[in-house]
Amino acid sequence: MTHHDKKILIELKDVHKIYGVDGAQTHALSGACLQIREGEFLAIIGHSGSGKSTLMNVIGFLDTVSRGEYFFKGQNVTTYSEDELAGIRNKEIGFVFQSFNLLPRTSAVDNVRVPLIYAGVPDKEQLERSIEALKAVGLEHRLQHVPNQLSGGQQQRVAIARALINNPSIILADEPTGNLDSKSGVEIMNIFKKLNDEGHTVILITHENNIAVQAKRVVEITDGKIIRDSGSSKLEKIVN
Amino acid sequence: MYDFLQSLKVAIRGLLIHKGRAFLTSLGITIGIASVVMVVSIGSGAQSLITNQVTSLGSNLISVLPGGRFEDGPPVAMMGITVTTLKLEDADAINDPVNVPNVVAACAYVKGAATVTFGSEALDSFANGVSYTYTDVENAIISDGRFFTEQEQDSFGKVVVLGATVASDLFNGVDPIGQTIKVNREPFTVIGVLDARGAVAFQDRDNQVFIPVSVAQKIIFGLDYINLMRVKVDSSENIDRAKADIEATIRVLHDIRDPKDDDFMVESIANLVGMLMTITGVLKFFLAAIAAISLVIGGVGIMNIMLVSVTERTREIGLRKALGAKKGRILEQFLFEAIVVTLIGGTAGIAIGVLISGLVALVVQSMGYDWDLVISWSAVFIAFSVSCAVGMVFGYYPAKKAANLNPIEALRHE
Repeated sequence: MTHHDKKILIELKDVHKIYGVDGAQTHALSGACLQIREGEFLAIIGHSGSGKSTLMNVIGFLDTVSRGEYFFKGQNVTTYSEDELAGIRNKEIGFVFQSFNLLPRTSAVDNVRVPLIYAGVPDKEQLERSIEALKAVGLEHRLQHVPNQLSGGQQQRVAIARALINNPSIILADEPTGNLDSKSGVEIMNIFKKLNDEGHTVILITHENNIAVQAKRVVEITDGKIIRDSGSSKLEKIVN
Repeated sequence: MYDFLQSLKVAIRGLLIHKGRAFLTSLGITIGIASVVMVVSIGSGAQSLITNQVTSLGSNLISVLPGGRFEDGPPVAMMGITVTTLKLEDADAINDPVNVPNVVAACAYVKGAATVTFGSEALDSFANGVSYTYTDVENAIISDGRFFTEQEQDSFGKVVVLGATVASDLFNGVDPIGQTIKVNREPFTVIGVLDARGAVAFQDRDNQVFIPVSVAQKIIFGLDYINLMRVKVDSSENIDRAKADIEATIRVLHDIRDPKDDDFMVESIANLVGMLMTITGVLKFFLAAIAAISLVIGGVGIMNIMLVSVTERTREIGLRKALGAKKGRILEQFLFEAIVVTLIGGTAGIAIGVLISGLVALVVQSMGYDWDLVISWSAVFIAFSVSCAVGMVFGYYPAKKAANLNPIEALRHE
């Protein structure tokens, strides 16, 4: 069985992102092309300033493109409005951040339920699903703990539970082990691998090689362009 | 509707997490609303105190003052100018039912400071030259002896009736009746003592001596005019009629053809109360306006604190947006936070305002003053609505700022 049987989730066609005005412009992305299928485990690697963060923001519907097109599950989402983008983020993307980004002085349960609030899920169901999600990452004894009562690794696990709560199509992790010690870092990477084995699509952004190679496919970006791609798209290059 | 409730819950959760900040924010509103409620209530209480005191002086009384009126202004006499146009003969004429059918009694007044001595005791007091009708017109009760008669007044009898304080201070238990005292070095025989009457409008009514007005004019003060005349009317219904009769009588006596040339003024207590209500009403309005301004300042304070709060919670806002919160939901969240805080602050302000007004009323009443506790529920309702409005108006700008944050930049913040 090859990857070609799986649906194409994400398709970026010659995507450009330009900041600033004429004369003082920054080209964060200069014609990036990328295709990602369901169930892939992908690492995007690049130095700072390479455009990897911008690429992540575009994929995660946090930012729009200046030129080019973005197809998600076959739909052209390039010209989506702010509210439409918010809606699709809520449904399809599970973010995991380097600095965890948990709400301070808020319990693990109340942190995990946030995406469900904006999805319009009833209160009781919010609680039930949040507790289940925390159990799944091994934190059933820390439901009411607030972030500064949790270790870095535990906080990141809460963040992962939050990322999964709405059954998103993609888990999008930005340097997820950057603020963790090596032991917790290994734990977290194992969780990602397990999630991918269960069928989730995982996209990791990193600047560290030893993290990147733990993924099944590595995409390298420099100066806003994808210069190397170890994945299946080598056999199916996107034509500009 | 559902989203609305959810935003409200998120807002309340947010406030519970930032309790200290919420308390500080609401403080401005609480103080502002409490001020308005207290000012209106205490202002009304003061009004009631003044009018109760004035009314207790007799609602059937008409005052006649020398000097004309300046177009609906206060009487000239109130402004400290001494006018000499009112005479004892005027009082005698008014006292006659032929001229003023509804008259019960009219009393003339001449008053000035005087030193009263008995033996080696001396007292700084006031000499009140009054008509023999004094006890008919005023609420004055004789506790010992009697008041002077018409004959004593006409014959310039040097008799005196003592106020309660003068009697006790000068005589120390000795019976004053029949004794001789000196008023500004003139000898007078004591024929009576008045019951204690307490203070009115901060004047001690018991530190006075009463002598016939004729004697006061000629012998003590050397004047031929009177300061004031008070007339008791048979019923408050006849006040307007009596007023007209009095004016007509005096005009004849003073040879005045045109009412605009009046050299006197006739005031009923009712009029006076009305005037006082107007003056204190204006004062109350200005105080309330100042309190309202403090409310606006409180609102600006709320806006500032919320702006700081939004800045501090930039990352939180970025995160919520990343997780799918639309602009409108963020706006709702922060707007509701502002409104909930101002509602709670406003309610607390109303409670505190009512409480303090009640305490003030209790204290003043226990000091013997006739103070009514007035809580204007319409003022409370207005205050409450204003606190909601303040929350909505001053909370909107910070909430809009929060909603417009770019999630990517917000997540990078701080």
